[in-house]
Amino acid sequence: MLHSRTSAQATPDILIRLRKSLKHGDRIWNAGTAAIATLVLVLVFSIGAMLWVSSEAARKQFGLGFVLPTADYAWNPVTSNFQAWPFIYGTLVTSLLALVLAVPVSLGVAIFLAELSPAWLRGPVGWMIELLVAIPSVIYGLWGVYVFLPAFVRPLGVFLGVLGSVPGFQSIFVGPMPESGSSLLAASFVLAIMITPTITAITRDVFLAISADQREASLALGATRAETILRVLVPYGGSGILGAIVLGLGRALGETMAVTMVIGNSLMGSYSLLQPGYSMASVVASQFLEATDELHLTALIEVGLVLFFITLLLNIIARWLVSRIDRQSSRTAGA
Amino acid sequence: MSTTTAGIAGNAQAVPSQRFSDAKSGLASRHATNLAVQAVAVLATVLALIPLLWIIGYVIYQGGKSINVELFTEMPRPAGMLGGGVLHSIQGTVILTLLASIFAIPPGVFAAFYVVYWPNTLLGVAVRSATDILSGVPSIVIGLFCYALLVKTTGHYSALAGGVALAILMLPTIIRTTEEMLKLVPRTLYEASAALGAPEWKTSLSVMLPTALNGIATGVILGMARAAGETAPLLFTALGNDRFNAPQIFRGSRALGASVPQALFDVVNQPVDSLPLTLYKYASHPSPDRVEQAWATAFVLLVLVLAINIMARSWVARQTAKQRGR
Repeated sequence: MLHSRTSAQATPDILIRLRKSLKHGDRIWNAGTAAIATLVLVLVFSIGAMLWVSSEAARKQFGLGFVLPTADYAWNPVTSNFQAWPFIYGTLVTSLLALVLAVPVSLGVAIFLAELSPAWLRGPVGWMIELLVAIPSVIYGLWGVYVFLPAFVRPLGVFLGVLGSVPGFQSIFVGPMPESGSSLLAASFVLAIMITPTITAITRDVFLAISADQREASLALGATRAETILRVLVPYGGSGILGAIVLGLGRALGETMAVTMVIGNSLMGSYSLLQPGYSMASVVASQFLEATDELHLTALIEVGLVLFFITLLLNIIARWLVSRIDRQSSRTAGA
Repeated sequence: MSTTTAGIAGNAQAVPSQRFSDAKSGLASRHATNLAVQAVAVLATVLALIPLLWIIGYVIYQGGKSINVELFTEMPRPAGMLGGGVLHSIQGTVILTLLASIFAIPPGVFAAFYVVYWPNTLLGVAVRSATDILSGVPSIVIGLFCYALLVKTTGHYSALAGGVALAILMLPTIIRTTEEMLKLVPRTLYEASAALGAPEWKTSLSVMLPTALNGIATGVILGMARAAGETAPLLFTALGNDRFNAPQIFRGSRALGASVPQALFDVVNQPVDSLPLTLYKYASHPSPDRVEQAWATAFVLLVLVLAINIMARSWVARQTAKQRGR
């Protein structure tokens, strides 16, 4: 009886001390948010680690030769021989061609939106371009297969097939293109449409982040608008624009559904753009569920692993480039 | 000597006029370039808008033709039979998006609090970079990750695995929007609460969060719209299931004596279809009827995603205008 009373008196004291030492719950709050934030970090690492572990069988079997260009590449579930070079080629060539197509257009739109457009038009056009990002990629694929390929890519492919007889173009424009139009070229065009809004939006923001002083100084020296844009603003925002392009490239490399639907999904017989092929993402999407063999499955996971590392690297480069322009402009603003 | 002088004089006379004409033609060509560059920029804008109008216009035209009530109310019929709907994938999309939100929103918001309060600590910088990196990871890779993590270990495909995959996809969007919105909360509000003696967690949860809530909700809804349209991460997680019928599974489970949570778990432990997944499968279906349903599904998906985007963005625009006016 007496004993229990003393402990009852002691408890509030302990509670008060506990509350104080926890800073009225802030220790818990800080530790809790820190733990959850760490979870994000852990997630990124575990994606890499999980793919690394899950692809062990394929990595041991094929070593570095898996990703290197080879003349006699093979991807054969029957003989269990897997090399990812054709897919890496497919991904690189479609993404790079998409960049070649998308960058000039994106730059043009960004210049229009940031420098030339009347104020009333800026909002709506910017909006419409950003809506393109929101459209799900299967819809791009569906539209690509049934509308864009027959209406545009196939005729273009027939024309380029004629060019294929010109020396120098032989290896990349070997026809004939399949009736459906499914090809590396088709994938490149669809990708270009999909990454244009991404590059445009960031480039426009880069232009808008450049202080008005730069424009005014150039115009005051008698430069025309075009000269101001091309000789002052573009070099000034150069690293930011480059970052936007690299982010666009990252998006193109990882794009799956639209590419899977229009690239044709067949092991390439040549390097021709007019022939169907595979990209890294599309081979995983189209073969993973059919892969019964352990080695086939792990080889596909290794393709995913390679894709993960490539996009990881590109994103780091892009963020670094974009952050440079931010720091540059804040330094100018500070001075 | 004299010839030299004359030469020089001649030159001196010639040079200004030449320079003048040079400048004149230079000016003309500079003006021409100026116009050309501006014209090219306008042309590029028109060119970039063509695919947008083409896609939206065609999907609405083609999908609008094949859309009917059955699409929303009926389960799919066996292959070869005409008619039927995509009710199963509407249910699946709702379930997957809800699961993803449950998994992604709480950790995303709390992580954002950490990043806002501790932006310059090692962990803060690392988490922000990790968020950036995560937003760049291809969705198919996230699908592979969730396959290895959840499907391989449990031995079967499920809505749960699909929900986790979509949650990972949503997470960076949620962290970043919440971070931006928390930064917009006036510092005076934070200080007033702290001056009243409120501990930080209380300030965070009852001052910062409610103030930023509208903006956060907008970001979350945009993230959900994106998740609802994703296909690639679901291919090897949710897999697809054309016999999925949530109420039926739930009732069946209850009839066998399962508790409500148990029955709900039974529902999400099944493989499910979603609208984009069905669209992908139907798009290459040999039956033209299924292809028509693919267009109708595309119509539903597109209208859903665009409506959400337009509403959320116009709401944000109005809020920003209001704040600027203040």
